[in-house]
Amino acid sequence: MLKNTDLEKKINSGLNTKVSSSKITHETLSISIEKDDLKEVLLFLKSNPEMKFKQLIDITAVDYPNKKNRFRMIYLLLSHEFNKRIIIDFPLNENEKVFSITSIFPSANWMEREVFDMYGIDFQDHPDLRRILTDYEFEGYPLRKDFPITGHKEVRYSEEKKKVIYEPVKLEQDYRNFDYNSPWQGTEYIKEIKKNNE
Amino acid sequence: MSKQTKTLNLNFGPQHPAAHGVLRLILELDGEIVEKADPHIGLLHRGTEKLIENKTYSQAIPYFDRLDYVAPMNQEHAFALAIEKILDIEVPIRGQYIRVIFCEIGRILSHILNITTQALDVGALTPSLWGFEEREKLMEFYERVSGSRLHANYFRPGGVHQDLPRGLDTDILKFCNEFPKIIDDLETLLTDNRIFKQRNVDIGIVSKDDALDYSFSGVMMRGSGIPWDLRKSQPYDCYEQLSFKVPIGKNGDCYDRYLCRVEEMRESVKIIKQCLERLPKGPVKSQDNKITPPPKKEIKESMEALIHHFKLFTEGYRVKKDEIYKAVEAPKGEFGVYLISDGSSKPYKCKIRAPGFSHLQAMDYLIKGHMLADVPAVLGSLDIVFGEIDR
Repeated sequence: MLKNTDLEKKINSGLNTKVSSSKITHETLSISIEKDDLKEVLLFLKSNPEMKFKQLIDITAVDYPNKKNRFRMIYLLLSHEFNKRIIIDFPLNENEKVFSITSIFPSANWMEREVFDMYGIDFQDHPDLRRILTDYEFEGYPLRKDFPITGHKEVRYSEEKKKVIYEPVKLEQDYRNFDYNSPWQGTEYIKEIKKNNE
Repeated sequence: MSKQTKTLNLNFGPQHPAAHGVLRLILELDGEIVEKADPHIGLLHRGTEKLIENKTYSQAIPYFDRLDYVAPMNQEHAFALAIEKILDIEVPIRGQYIRVIFCEIGRILSHILNITTQALDVGALTPSLWGFEEREKLMEFYERVSGSRLHANYFRPGGVHQDLPRGLDTDILKFCNEFPKIIDDLETLLTDNRIFKQRNVDIGIVSKDDALDYSFSGVMMRGSGIPWDLRKSQPYDCYEQLSFKVPIGKNGDCYDRYLCRVEEMRESVKIIKQCLERLPKGPVKSQDNKITPPPKKEIKESMEALIHHFKLFTEGYRVKKDEIYKAVEAPKGEFGVYLISDGSSKPYKCKIRAPGFSHLQAMDYLIKGHMLADVPAVLGSLDIVFGEIDR
Protein backbone atom coordinates (compact mmCIF):
# COMPACT_ATOMS: atom_id res chain seq x y z
CA MET A 1 0.00 0.00 0.00
CA LEU A 2 1.35 3.34 -1.09
CA LYS A 3 1.58 5.79 1.76
CA ASN A 4 0.44 9.37 1.38
CA THR A 5 3.76 10.67 2.62
CA ASP A 6 5.65 8.57 0.07
CA LEU A 7 3.34 9.75 -2.65
CA GLU A 8 3.94 13.32 -1.59
CA LYS A 9 7.70 12.79 -1.80
CA LYS A 10 7.47 11.16 -5.21
CA ILE A 11 5.32 13.92 -6.61
CA ASN A 12 7.54 16.61 -5.16
CA SER A 13 10.67 15.03 -6.61
CA GLY A 14 9.04 14.24 -9.95
CA LEU A 15 7.62 17.69 -10.49
CA ASN A 16 10.18 19.54 -8.33
CA THR A 17 9.54 23.25 -8.84
CA LYS A 18 6.02 22.92 -10.19
CA VAL A 19 4.41 22.08 -6.86
CA SER A 20 4.19 25.25 -4.81
CA SER A 21 2.83 23.53 -1.71
CA SER A 22 1.44 20.18 -0.65
CA LYS A 23 -0.37 18.91 2.37
CA ILE A 24 -2.20 15.82 3.60
CA THR A 25 -5.63 16.36 5.08
CA HIS A 26 -8.19 13.67 5.85
CA GLU A 27 -5.94 10.99 4.34
CA THR A 28 -5.91 12.78 1.01
CA LEU A 29 -2.98 14.53 -0.58
CA SER A 30 -3.63 17.94 -2.03
CA ILE A 31 -1.11 19.91 -4.06
CA SER A 32 -1.11 23.51 -5.19
CA ILE A 33 0.36 24.38 -8.55
CA GLU A 34 0.57 27.26 -10.99
CA LYS A 35 -2.06 27.74 -13.65
CA ASP A 36 0.32 27.26 -16.58
CA ASP A 37 1.71 23.97 -15.31
CA LEU A 38 -1.68 22.26 -15.19
CA LYS A 39 -1.31 20.11 -18.29
CA GLU A 40 2.21 18.98 -17.46
CA VAL A 41 1.27 18.09 -13.89
CA LEU A 42 -1.79 16.11 -14.98
CA LEU A 43 0.14 14.27 -17.69
CA PHE A 44 2.81 13.37 -15.16
CA LEU A 45 0.26 12.11 -12.64
CA LYS A 46 -1.63 10.15 -15.25
CA SER A 47 1.32 8.47 -16.95
CA ASN A 48 3.74 7.92 -14.07
CA PRO A 49 3.78 4.14 -13.44
CA GLU A 50 4.17 4.71 -9.70
CA MET A 51 0.91 6.67 -9.38
CA LYS A 52 -1.38 6.07 -12.36
CA PHE A 53 -3.98 8.70 -11.58
CA LYS A 54 -5.98 7.56 -14.57
CA GLN A 55 -9.38 8.86 -13.69
CA LEU A 56 -10.59 12.41 -13.44
CA ILE A 57 -13.30 12.52 -10.80
CA ASP A 58 -14.39 16.12 -10.99
CA ILE A 59 -13.45 19.67 -11.82
CA THR A 60 -14.82 22.59 -9.90
CA ALA A 61 -14.09 26.16 -8.96
CA VAL A 62 -14.56 28.22 -5.82
CA ASP A 63 -15.40 31.90 -5.78
CA TYR A 64 -13.70 34.19 -3.27
CA PRO A 65 -14.92 37.67 -4.29
CA ASN A 66 -12.65 39.48 -1.82
CA LYS A 67 -9.40 37.83 -2.78
CA LYS A 68 -6.92 39.18 -5.27
CA ASN A 69 -7.26 36.06 -7.37
CA ARG A 70 -10.97 35.64 -7.38
CA PHE A 71 -11.29 31.97 -8.27
CA ARG A 72 -9.66 28.76 -7.26
CA MET A 73 -9.79 25.83 -9.66
CA ILE A 74 -9.95 22.35 -8.16
CA TYR A 75 -9.23 19.05 -9.90
CA LEU A 76 -9.91 15.71 -8.26
CA LEU A 77 -8.11 12.62 -9.52
CA LEU A 78 -8.31 8.97 -8.55
CA SER A 79 -5.81 6.17 -8.98
CA HIS A 80 -7.52 2.79 -8.94
CA GLU A 81 -4.33 0.82 -8.93
CA PHE A 82 -2.95 2.41 -5.78
CA ASN A 83 -6.30 3.34 -4.28
CA LYS A 84 -5.33 6.97 -3.87
CA ARG A 85 -7.02 10.28 -4.41
CA ILE A 86 -5.36 13.60 -5.08
CA ILE A 87 -6.66 17.15 -5.09
CA ILE A 88 -4.96 19.71 -7.32
CA ASP A 89 -5.73 23.38 -7.04
CA PHE A 90 -4.49 26.73 -8.32
CA PRO A 91 -5.62 30.33 -8.00
CA LEU A 92 -7.10 32.13 -10.97
CA ASN A 93 -7.84 35.73 -11.78
CA GLU A 94 -11.21 36.79 -13.12
CA ASN A 95 -10.04 37.53 -16.68
CA GLU A 96 -7.65 34.63 -17.02
CA LYS A 97 -8.23 31.55 -19.13
CA VAL A 98 -7.50 27.99 -18.12
CA PHE A 99 -6.10 25.37 -20.46
CA SER A 100 -8.72 22.80 -21.28
CA ILE A 101 -7.66 19.27 -20.36
CA THR A 102 -10.07 17.48 -22.68
CA SER A 103 -7.09 16.11 -24.63
CA ILE A 104 -5.82 14.35 -21.50
CA PHE A 105 -9.15 13.30 -19.96
CA PRO A 106 -12.08 13.18 -22.42
CA SER A 107 -14.51 13.34 -19.50
CA ALA A 108 -13.31 16.85 -18.70
CA ASN A 109 -15.51 18.12 -21.51
CA TRP A 110 -18.77 18.44 -19.58
CA MET A 111 -17.07 19.21 -16.31
CA GLU A 112 -15.39 22.24 -17.85
CA ARG A 113 -18.63 23.24 -19.48
CA GLU A 114 -20.24 23.15 -16.08
CA VAL A 115 -17.55 25.34 -14.53
CA PHE A 116 -17.94 27.74 -17.46
CA ASP A 117 -21.69 27.77 -16.98
CA MET A 118 -21.62 28.25 -13.22
CA TYR A 119 -18.62 30.55 -12.81
CA GLY A 120 -17.96 32.04 -16.23
CA ILE A 121 -14.41 30.73 -16.36
CA ASP A 122 -13.15 30.43 -19.89
CA PHE A 123 -11.29 27.36 -21.11
CA GLN A 124 -8.72 27.61 -23.84
CA ASP A 125 -8.87 25.00 -26.64
CA HIS A 126 -12.12 23.50 -25.38
CA PRO A 127 -13.86 21.78 -28.33
CA ASP A 128 -17.40 22.76 -27.45
CA LEU A 129 -17.70 25.39 -24.74
CA ARG A 130 -21.44 25.99 -24.27
CA ARG A 131 -23.65 26.39 -21.27
CA ILE A 132 -24.80 23.07 -19.96
CA LEU A 133 -27.09 23.17 -16.95
CA THR A 134 -28.80 26.52 -17.22
CA ASP A 135 -31.49 27.52 -19.68
CA TYR A 136 -30.80 28.46 -23.28
CA GLU A 137 -29.88 32.17 -23.40
CA PHE A 138 -29.38 32.32 -19.65
CA GLU A 139 -27.47 35.34 -18.38
CA GLY A 140 -25.11 35.50 -15.43
CA TYR A 141 -23.12 32.89 -13.56
CA PRO A 142 -25.21 31.30 -10.79
CA LEU A 143 -22.55 29.99 -8.45
CA ARG A 144 -20.67 33.25 -8.18
CA LYS A 145 -21.19 34.67 -4.74
CA ASP A 146 -22.61 37.94 -6.12
CA PHE A 147 -25.41 36.16 -8.01
CA PRO A 148 -28.63 36.51 -6.01
CA ILE A 149 -30.23 33.29 -4.85
CA THR A 150 -33.57 34.38 -6.28
CA GLY A 151 -32.07 34.80 -9.76
CA HIS A 152 -32.95 37.57 -12.19
CA LYS A 153 -35.70 36.19 -14.38
CA GLU A 154 -38.78 34.08 -13.94
CA VAL A 155 -40.90 32.29 -16.52
CA ARG A 156 -44.62 32.06 -16.90
CA TYR A 157 -47.15 31.22 -19.54
CA SER A 158 -48.67 34.35 -20.99
CA GLU A 159 -52.32 34.00 -21.91
CA GLU A 160 -52.17 37.02 -24.27
CA LYS A 161 -49.07 36.00 -26.17
CA LYS A 162 -49.93 32.28 -26.02
CA LYS A 163 -46.37 31.36 -25.13
CA VAL A 164 -43.95 31.06 -22.25
CA ILE A 165 -42.35 34.42 -21.48
CA TYR A 166 -39.46 35.63 -19.35
CA GLU A 167 -39.95 38.46 -16.86
CA PRO A 168 -37.86 40.04 -14.11
CA VAL A 169 -38.34 38.24 -10.80
CA LYS A 170 -41.24 39.58 -8.76
CA LEU A 171 -41.47 38.27 -5.23
CA GLU A 172 -44.63 38.57 -3.16
CA GLN A 173 -42.44 38.71 -0.12
CA ASP A 174 -38.79 39.71 0.05
CA TYR A 175 -36.31 36.91 0.36
CA ARG A 176 -35.46 36.74 4.03
CA ASN A 177 -32.08 35.72 5.20
CA PHE A 178 -31.95 35.20 8.94
CA ASP A 179 -28.57 35.83 10.44
CA TYR A 180 -28.26 33.97 13.68
CA ASN A 181 -24.90 35.35 14.45
CA SER A 182 -24.07 34.57 18.01
CA PRO A 183 -21.12 33.99 20.27
CA TRP A 184 -22.17 30.41 20.79
CA GLN A 185 -19.10 28.25 20.97
CA GLY A 186 -18.80 25.49 18.49
CA THR A 187 -17.83 21.95 19.20
CA GLU A 188 -14.22 22.66 20.06
CA TYR A 189 -14.71 23.91 23.56
CA ILE A 190 -16.85 21.08 24.86
CA LYS A 191 -14.18 18.65 23.77
CA GLU A 192 -11.53 20.65 25.58
CA ILE A 193 -13.55 20.62 28.79
CA LYS A 194 -13.98 16.89 28.49
CA LYS A 195 -10.24 16.49 27.95
CA ASN A 196 -9.43 18.61 30.99
CA ASN A 197 -11.80 16.65 33.18
CA GLU A 198 -10.29 13.33 32.20
CA MET B 1 -26.05 10.81 -61.74
CA SER B 2 -24.82 10.79 -58.20
CA LYS B 3 -27.15 10.37 -55.29
CA GLN B 4 -27.07 12.99 -52.60
CA THR B 5 -27.59 11.93 -49.00
CA LYS B 6 -28.46 14.11 -46.08
CA THR B 7 -28.33 13.29 -42.40
CA LEU B 8 -31.53 13.58 -40.44
CA ASN B 9 -31.68 15.46 -37.16
CA LEU B 10 -33.98 13.89 -34.64
CA ASN B 11 -35.05 15.30 -31.30
CA PHE B 12 -35.28 12.47 -28.79
CA GLY B 13 -37.13 13.94 -25.82
CA PRO B 14 -37.47 16.06 -23.66
CA GLN B 15 -40.80 14.29 -23.36
CA HIS B 16 -39.96 10.75 -24.31
CA PRO B 17 -40.81 7.78 -22.07
CA ALA B 18 -37.50 6.06 -22.80
CA ALA B 19 -35.47 9.16 -21.97
CA HIS B 20 -35.90 8.36 -18.27
CA GLY B 21 -36.74 11.90 -17.40
CA VAL B 22 -36.21 15.19 -19.14
CA LEU B 23 -33.40 14.53 -21.56
CA ARG B 24 -33.26 16.29 -24.87
CA LEU B 25 -31.07 14.14 -27.05
CA ILE B 26 -30.35 15.51 -30.48
CA LEU B 27 -29.47 12.65 -32.78
CA GLU B 28 -27.91 12.91 -36.18
CA LEU B 29 -29.07 9.96 -38.22
CA ASP B 30 -27.87 8.47 -41.44
CA GLY B 31 -30.77 6.23 -42.27
CA GLU B 32 -31.14 4.29 -39.05
CA ILE B 33 -27.52 4.61 -38.00
CA VAL B 34 -26.72 7.18 -35.32
CA GLU B 35 -23.82 9.38 -36.36
CA LYS B 36 -23.81 11.80 -33.48
CA ALA B 37 -25.65 12.26 -30.22
CA ASP B 38 -25.72 15.56 -28.41
CA PRO B 39 -27.48 15.39 -25.04
CA HIS B 40 -28.94 18.67 -23.84
CA ILE B 41 -29.35 18.52 -20.10
CA GLY B 42 -30.31 20.94 -17.39
CA LEU B 43 -34.06 20.84 -17.83
CA LEU B 44 -34.35 19.79 -14.21
CA HIS B 45 -31.68 22.16 -12.91
CA ARG B 46 -32.75 23.55 -9.55
CA GLY B 47 -29.52 25.12 -8.37
CA THR B 48 -29.03 22.66 -5.52
CA GLU B 49 -25.44 23.73 -4.90
CA LYS B 50 -26.38 27.38 -4.69
CA LEU B 51 -29.22 26.62 -2.32
CA ILE B 52 -26.99 24.52 -0.08
CA GLU B 53 -24.57 27.44 0.23
CA ASN B 54 -27.42 29.49 1.65
CA LYS B 55 -28.74 26.96 4.14
CA THR B 56 -27.41 25.54 7.37
CA TYR B 57 -25.88 22.10 7.32
CA SER B 58 -29.00 20.38 8.62
CA GLN B 59 -31.23 22.27 6.21
CA ALA B 60 -29.05 21.05 3.36
CA ILE B 61 -29.71 17.35 3.92
CA PRO B 62 -33.17 17.25 2.24
CA TYR B 63 -31.64 18.56 -0.99
CA PHE B 64 -29.66 15.36 -1.24
CA ASP B 65 -32.85 13.30 -1.33
CA ARG B 66 -33.87 15.21 -4.38
CA LEU B 67 -30.77 14.39 -6.37
CA ASP B 68 -31.00 10.73 -7.24
CA TYR B 69 -34.56 10.38 -6.05
CA VAL B 70 -34.72 6.62 -6.47
CA ALA B 71 -32.06 6.02 -3.82
CA PRO B 72 -32.30 9.08 -1.58
CA MET B 73 -30.46 7.89 1.51
CA ASN B 74 -27.27 6.97 -0.30
CA GLN B 75 -26.77 10.62 -1.17
CA GLU B 76 -27.42 11.84 2.35
CA HIS B 77 -24.80 9.37 3.44
CA ALA B 78 -22.02 11.11 1.50
CA PHE B 79 -22.89 14.49 2.97
CA ALA B 80 -23.17 13.12 6.50
CA LEU B 81 -19.83 11.34 6.20
CA ALA B 82 -18.10 14.48 4.96
CA ILE B 83 -19.31 16.53 7.92
CA GLU B 84 -18.51 13.76 10.38
CA LYS B 85 -14.98 13.62 9.07
CA ILE B 86 -14.46 17.37 9.47
CA LEU B 87 -16.03 17.52 12.92
CA ASP B 88 -14.32 14.30 13.91
CA ILE B 89 -17.40 12.73 15.49
CA GLU B 90 -18.01 9.04 15.95
CA VAL B 91 -21.18 7.35 14.84
CA PRO B 92 -22.50 4.78 17.34
CA ILE B 93 -22.30 1.26 15.98
CA ARG B 94 -26.08 0.81 15.86
CA GLY B 95 -26.36 4.00 13.83
CA GLN B 96 -23.78 2.69 11.37
CA TYR B 97 -25.65 -0.58 10.89
CA ILE B 98 -28.97 1.18 10.37
CA ARG B 99 -27.36 3.45 7.80
CA VAL B 100 -25.91 0.51 5.91
CA ILE B 101 -29.26 -1.31 5.96
CA PHE B 102 -30.99 1.67 4.40
CA CYS B 103 -28.20 2.30 1.89
CA GLU B 104 -28.58 -1.25 0.66
CA ILE B 105 -32.35 -0.87 0.53
CA GLY B 106 -31.68 2.18 -1.62
CA ARG B 107 -29.43 0.13 -3.86
CA ILE B 108 -32.16 -2.47 -4.37
CA LEU B 109 -34.71 0.29 -5.01
CA SER B 110 -32.52 1.81 -7.67
CA HIS B 111 -31.55 -1.45 -9.33
CA ILE B 112 -35.15 -2.71 -9.49
CA LEU B 113 -36.16 0.51 -11.17
CA ASN B 114 -33.30 0.35 -13.61
CA ILE B 115 -33.60 -3.30 -14.57
CA THR B 116 -37.35 -3.20 -15.02
CA THR B 117 -37.48 0.06 -16.96
CA GLN B 118 -34.65 -1.08 -19.16
CA ALA B 119 -36.71 -4.17 -19.89
CA LEU B 120 -39.67 -1.91 -20.56
CA ASP B 121 -37.62 0.11 -23.04
CA VAL B 122 -36.74 -2.98 -25.02
CA GLY B 123 -40.26 -4.31 -24.99
CA ALA B 124 -40.92 -6.34 -21.84
CA LEU B 125 -43.77 -5.02 -19.72
CA THR B 126 -44.14 -7.66 -17.01
CA PRO B 127 -40.86 -7.10 -15.09
CA SER B 128 -41.84 -3.54 -14.23
CA LEU B 129 -45.17 -4.69 -12.83
CA TRP B 130 -43.47 -7.29 -10.66
CA GLY B 131 -40.58 -5.07 -9.68
CA PHE B 132 -42.62 -2.06 -8.67
CA GLU B 133 -44.59 -4.16 -6.23
CA GLU B 134 -41.32 -4.87 -4.42
CA ARG B 135 -40.26 -1.23 -4.58
CA GLU B 136 -43.48 -0.33 -2.86
CA LYS B 137 -42.59 -2.63 0.03
CA LEU B 138 -39.16 -1.06 0.31
CA MET B 139 -40.55 2.44 0.22
CA GLU B 140 -42.85 1.43 3.01
CA PHE B 141 -39.74 0.67 5.07
CA TYR B 142 -38.53 4.15 4.23
CA GLU B 143 -41.84 5.56 5.36
CA ARG B 144 -41.87 3.67 8.61
CA VAL B 145 -38.44 4.83 9.57
CA SER B 146 -38.50 8.42 8.34
CA GLY B 147 -42.12 9.34 7.70
CA SER B 148 -41.93 9.67 3.94
CA ARG B 149 -41.65 7.25 1.07
CA LEU B 150 -39.12 9.11 -1.00
CA HIS B 151 -37.62 12.23 0.49
CA ALA B 152 -36.48 10.63 3.70
CA ASN B 153 -34.20 13.22 5.31
CA TYR B 154 -33.19 10.48 7.70
CA PHE B 155 -29.40 10.43 7.91
CA ARG B 156 -27.72 13.00 10.11
CA PRO B 157 -24.11 13.86 10.65
CA GLY B 158 -23.44 11.66 13.67
CA GLY B 159 -25.96 8.91 12.94
CA VAL B 160 -29.59 8.74 11.94
CA HIS B 161 -32.58 10.78 13.03
CA GLN B 162 -34.48 8.11 14.95
CA ASP B 163 -34.22 4.51 15.98
CA LEU B 164 -36.09 1.85 14.02
CA PRO B 165 -39.75 1.60 15.02
CA ARG B 166 -40.77 -1.61 16.76
CA GLY B 167 -41.12 -4.58 14.46
CA LEU B 168 -39.41 -3.02 11.46
CA ASP B 169 -36.32 -5.22 11.72
CA THR B 170 -38.37 -8.42 11.57
CA ASP B 171 -40.33 -7.07 8.60
CA ILE B 172 -37.14 -6.20 6.73
CA LEU B 173 -35.80 -9.67 7.51
CA LYS B 174 -39.01 -11.18 6.16
CA PHE B 175 -38.58 -9.17 2.99
CA CYS B 176 -34.96 -10.35 2.68
CA ASN B 177 -36.10 -13.95 2.86
CA GLU B 178 -38.75 -13.50 0.20
CA PHE B 179 -36.96 -11.17 -2.19
CA PRO B 180 -34.39 -13.61 -3.71
CA LYS B 181 -37.33 -15.59 -5.06
CA ILE B 182 -38.60 -12.44 -6.80
CA ILE B 183 -35.15 -11.87 -8.33
CA ASP B 184 -35.26 -15.45 -9.63
CA ASP B 185 -38.67 -14.78 -11.15
CA LEU B 186 -37.43 -11.59 -12.80
CA GLU B 187 -34.47 -13.49 -14.14
CA THR B 188 -36.65 -16.16 -15.72
CA LEU B 189 -38.33 -13.35 -17.63
CA LEU B 190 -35.16 -11.63 -18.78
CA THR B 191 -31.81 -13.39 -18.42
CA ASP B 192 -32.31 -16.04 -21.08
CA ASN B 193 -35.01 -14.20 -22.93
CA ARG B 194 -34.17 -14.24 -26.63
CA ILE B 195 -35.52 -10.77 -27.37
CA PHE B 196 -33.91 -9.20 -24.30
CA LYS B 197 -30.56 -10.70 -25.28
CA GLN B 198 -30.87 -9.63 -28.89
CA ARG B 199 -31.46 -6.09 -27.75
CA ASN B 200 -28.69 -5.96 -25.16
CA VAL B 201 -25.81 -8.32 -25.91
CA ASP B 202 -22.92 -6.53 -27.67
CA ILE B 203 -24.69 -3.20 -27.47
CA GLY B 204 -22.91 -0.20 -26.00
CA ILE B 205 -19.61 -1.94 -25.31
CA VAL B 206 -17.23 -0.07 -23.02
CA SER B 207 -13.59 -1.06 -22.92
CA LYS B 208 -11.57 -0.91 -19.72
CA ASP B 209 -9.51 2.09 -20.81
CA ASP B 210 -12.54 4.01 -22.00
CA ALA B 211 -14.32 3.36 -18.72
CA LEU B 212 -11.42 5.11 -17.00
CA ASP B 213 -11.10 7.89 -19.55
CA TYR B 214 -14.78 8.74 -19.40
CA SER B 215 -14.81 8.80 -15.58
CA PHE B 216 -17.20 5.89 -15.30
CA SER B 217 -17.89 4.42 -11.91
CA GLY B 218 -20.13 1.87 -10.29
CA VAL B 219 -21.75 -0.73 -12.49
CA MET B 220 -20.71 1.09 -15.66
CA MET B 221 -17.11 0.36 -14.70
CA ARG B 222 -17.58 -3.06 -13.14
CA GLY B 223 -19.52 -4.20 -16.19
CA SER B 224 -16.28 -3.72 -18.16
CA GLY B 225 -14.35 -5.93 -15.78
CA ILE B 226 -12.70 -3.43 -13.47
CA PRO B 227 -13.06 -4.68 -9.91
CA TRP B 228 -13.67 -1.41 -8.11
CA ASP B 229 -16.19 -0.78 -5.40
CA LEU B 230 -15.77 1.98 -2.85
CA ARG B 231 -17.49 -0.17 -0.25
CA LYS B 232 -14.49 -2.52 -0.53
CA SER B 233 -11.62 -0.27 -1.54
CA GLN B 234 -12.31 2.74 0.65
CA PRO B 235 -14.78 1.36 3.19
CA TYR B 236 -16.95 3.70 5.21
CA ASP B 237 -19.21 3.02 8.20
CA CYS B 238 -19.33 -0.71 8.96
CA TYR B 239 -18.86 -2.09 5.44
CA GLU B 240 -15.46 -3.42 6.47
CA GLN B 241 -17.03 -5.90 8.86
CA LEU B 242 -19.52 -7.27 6.35
CA SER B 243 -18.79 -9.97 3.83
CA PHE B 244 -20.14 -9.52 0.35
CA LYS B 245 -18.98 -10.06 -3.19
CA VAL B 246 -18.55 -7.49 -5.92
CA PRO B 247 -19.88 -8.87 -9.19
CA ILE B 248 -17.96 -7.80 -12.28
CA GLY B 249 -18.77 -8.18 -15.95
CA LYS B 250 -16.65 -9.44 -18.79
CA ASN B 251 -17.72 -7.85 -22.05
CA GLY B 252 -18.80 -4.40 -20.89
CA ASP B 253 -22.03 -4.44 -22.87
CA CYS B 254 -25.56 -3.59 -21.77
CA TYR B 255 -26.28 -7.22 -20.98
CA ASP B 256 -23.31 -7.58 -18.62
CA ARG B 257 -24.33 -4.45 -16.81
CA TYR B 258 -27.79 -5.92 -16.37
CA LEU B 259 -26.29 -9.10 -14.93
CA CYS B 260 -24.10 -7.08 -12.56
CA ARG B 261 -27.12 -5.23 -11.23
CA VAL B 262 -29.03 -8.44 -10.65
CA GLU B 263 -26.12 -9.92 -8.72
CA GLU B 264 -25.67 -6.71 -6.74
CA MET B 265 -29.26 -6.95 -5.58
CA ARG B 266 -28.57 -10.44 -4.26
CA GLU B 267 -25.46 -9.19 -2.48
CA SER B 268 -27.40 -6.30 -1.00
CA VAL B 269 -29.92 -8.71 0.46
CA LYS B 270 -27.03 -10.60 2.07
CA ILE B 271 -25.62 -7.38 3.51
CA ILE B 272 -28.97 -6.40 4.99
CA LYS B 273 -29.35 -9.83 6.54
CA GLN B 274 -25.90 -9.66 8.12
CA CYS B 275 -26.65 -6.20 9.48
CA LEU B 276 -29.93 -7.34 10.98
CA GLU B 277 -28.27 -10.31 12.62
CA ARG B 278 -25.57 -8.21 14.21
CA LEU B 279 -27.65 -5.12 14.94
CA PRO B 280 -26.51 -4.15 18.45
CA LYS B 281 -28.45 -2.22 21.04
CA GLY B 282 -27.53 1.33 21.89
CA PRO B 283 -27.83 4.89 20.66
CA VAL B 284 -28.37 5.60 16.97
CA LYS B 285 -26.75 9.01 16.84
CA SER B 286 -23.85 10.81 18.36
CA GLN B 287 -24.51 11.89 21.93
CA ASP B 288 -22.73 15.19 21.44
CA ASN B 289 -25.64 17.61 21.79
CA LYS B 290 -23.67 20.34 20.09
CA ILE B 291 -24.26 18.42 16.85
CA THR B 292 -27.37 16.29 17.33
CA PRO B 293 -30.48 17.55 19.08
CA PRO B 294 -31.34 16.11 22.50
CA PRO B 295 -34.39 13.85 22.91
CA LYS B 296 -37.72 15.63 23.08
CA LYS B 297 -38.36 14.43 26.62
CA GLU B 298 -35.24 16.09 27.94
CA ILE B 299 -36.18 19.43 26.44
CA LYS B 300 -39.09 19.69 28.85
CA GLU B 301 -36.90 19.12 31.87
CA SER B 302 -33.41 20.32 31.18
CA MET B 303 -32.50 23.93 30.50
CA GLU B 304 -29.32 22.94 28.73
CA ALA B 305 -31.21 20.59 26.40
CA LEU B 306 -33.62 23.38 25.57
CA ILE B 307 -30.78 25.74 24.69
CA HIS B 308 -29.13 23.10 22.55
CA HIS B 309 -32.36 22.41 20.76
CA PHE B 310 -32.98 26.09 20.13
CA LYS B 311 -29.49 26.77 18.87
CA LEU B 312 -29.41 23.70 16.62
CA PHE B 313 -32.64 24.63 14.89
CA THR B 314 -31.94 28.33 14.48
CA GLU B 315 -28.27 28.89 13.94
CA GLY B 316 -27.29 25.28 13.41
CA TYR B 317 -23.96 23.79 14.34
CA ARG B 318 -20.76 25.30 13.10
CA VAL B 319 -18.25 23.40 11.08
CA LYS B 320 -14.64 24.48 11.36
CA LYS B 321 -12.73 25.77 8.37
CA ASP B 322 -11.76 22.80 6.28
CA GLU B 323 -12.02 21.09 2.93
CA ILE B 324 -12.90 17.51 2.19
CA TYR B 325 -13.90 15.21 -0.63
CA LYS B 326 -15.94 12.25 0.50
CA ALA B 327 -17.40 9.66 -1.84
CA VAL B 328 -19.73 6.75 -1.38
CA GLU B 329 -20.67 3.89 -3.65
CA ALA B 330 -24.17 4.96 -4.61
CA PRO B 331 -26.22 2.53 -6.73
CA LYS B 332 -25.23 4.41 -9.86
CA GLY B 333 -21.56 4.82 -9.10
CA GLU B 334 -19.28 7.11 -7.17
CA PHE B 335 -21.33 9.85 -5.58
CA GLY B 336 -19.09 12.43 -3.99
CA VAL B 337 -19.36 15.63 -2.04
CA TYR B 338 -16.62 18.22 -2.11
CA LEU B 339 -17.29 20.38 0.89
CA ILE B 340 -15.57 23.62 1.83
CA SER B 341 -16.52 24.97 5.24
CA ASP B 342 -15.51 28.36 6.55
CA GLY B 343 -16.28 28.04 10.26
CA SER B 344 -19.85 29.28 10.02
CA SER B 345 -23.01 27.22 10.14
CA LYS B 346 -23.41 27.23 6.37
CA PRO B 347 -21.19 25.49 3.82
CA TYR B 348 -19.02 27.88 1.80
CA LYS B 349 -19.19 25.54 -1.14
CA CYS B 350 -20.65 22.13 -1.71
CA LYS B 351 -19.83 20.55 -5.03
CA ILE B 352 -21.82 17.44 -5.80
CA ARG B 353 -20.20 14.83 -7.96
CA ALA B 354 -22.97 12.84 -9.59
CA PRO B 355 -22.06 9.57 -11.30
CA GLY B 356 -24.75 9.94 -13.96
CA PHE B 357 -23.23 13.18 -15.20
CA SER B 358 -20.11 11.47 -16.56
CA HIS B 359 -22.09 8.47 -17.76
CA LEU B 360 -24.43 10.54 -19.85
CA GLN B 361 -21.52 12.52 -21.21
CA ALA B 362 -20.25 9.36 -22.88
CA MET B 363 -23.55 8.93 -24.75
CA ASP B 364 -22.02 10.14 -28.01
CA TYR B 365 -19.13 7.68 -27.70
CA LEU B 366 -21.42 4.80 -26.75
CA ILE B 367 -24.06 5.22 -29.40
CA LYS B 368 -22.03 6.21 -32.45
CA GLY B 369 -22.56 3.64 -35.19
CA HIS B 370 -25.44 1.94 -33.44
CA MET B 371 -29.01 1.80 -34.71
CA LEU B 372 -31.68 4.22 -33.55
CA ALA B 373 -33.45 1.41 -31.70
CA ASP B 374 -30.34 0.88 -29.56
CA VAL B 375 -30.57 4.37 -28.11
CA PRO B 376 -33.16 3.42 -25.44
CA ALA B 377 -31.25 0.22 -24.62
CA VAL B 378 -27.98 2.11 -24.03
CA LEU B 379 -29.73 4.93 -22.24
CA GLY B 380 -31.45 2.38 -20.03
CA SER B 381 -28.24 0.63 -19.09
CA LEU B 382 -26.51 3.92 -18.25
CA ASP B 383 -28.95 4.14 -15.35
CA ILE B 384 -29.49 7.87 -15.49
CA VAL B 385 -31.75 9.83 -13.20
CA PHE B 386 -32.06 13.49 -13.97
CA GLY B 387 -32.32 14.63 -10.40
CA GLU B 388 -28.63 14.01 -9.91
CA ILE B 389 -27.39 14.96 -13.36
CA ASP B 390 -29.06 18.36 -13.47
CA ARG B 391 -28.74 19.06 -9.74
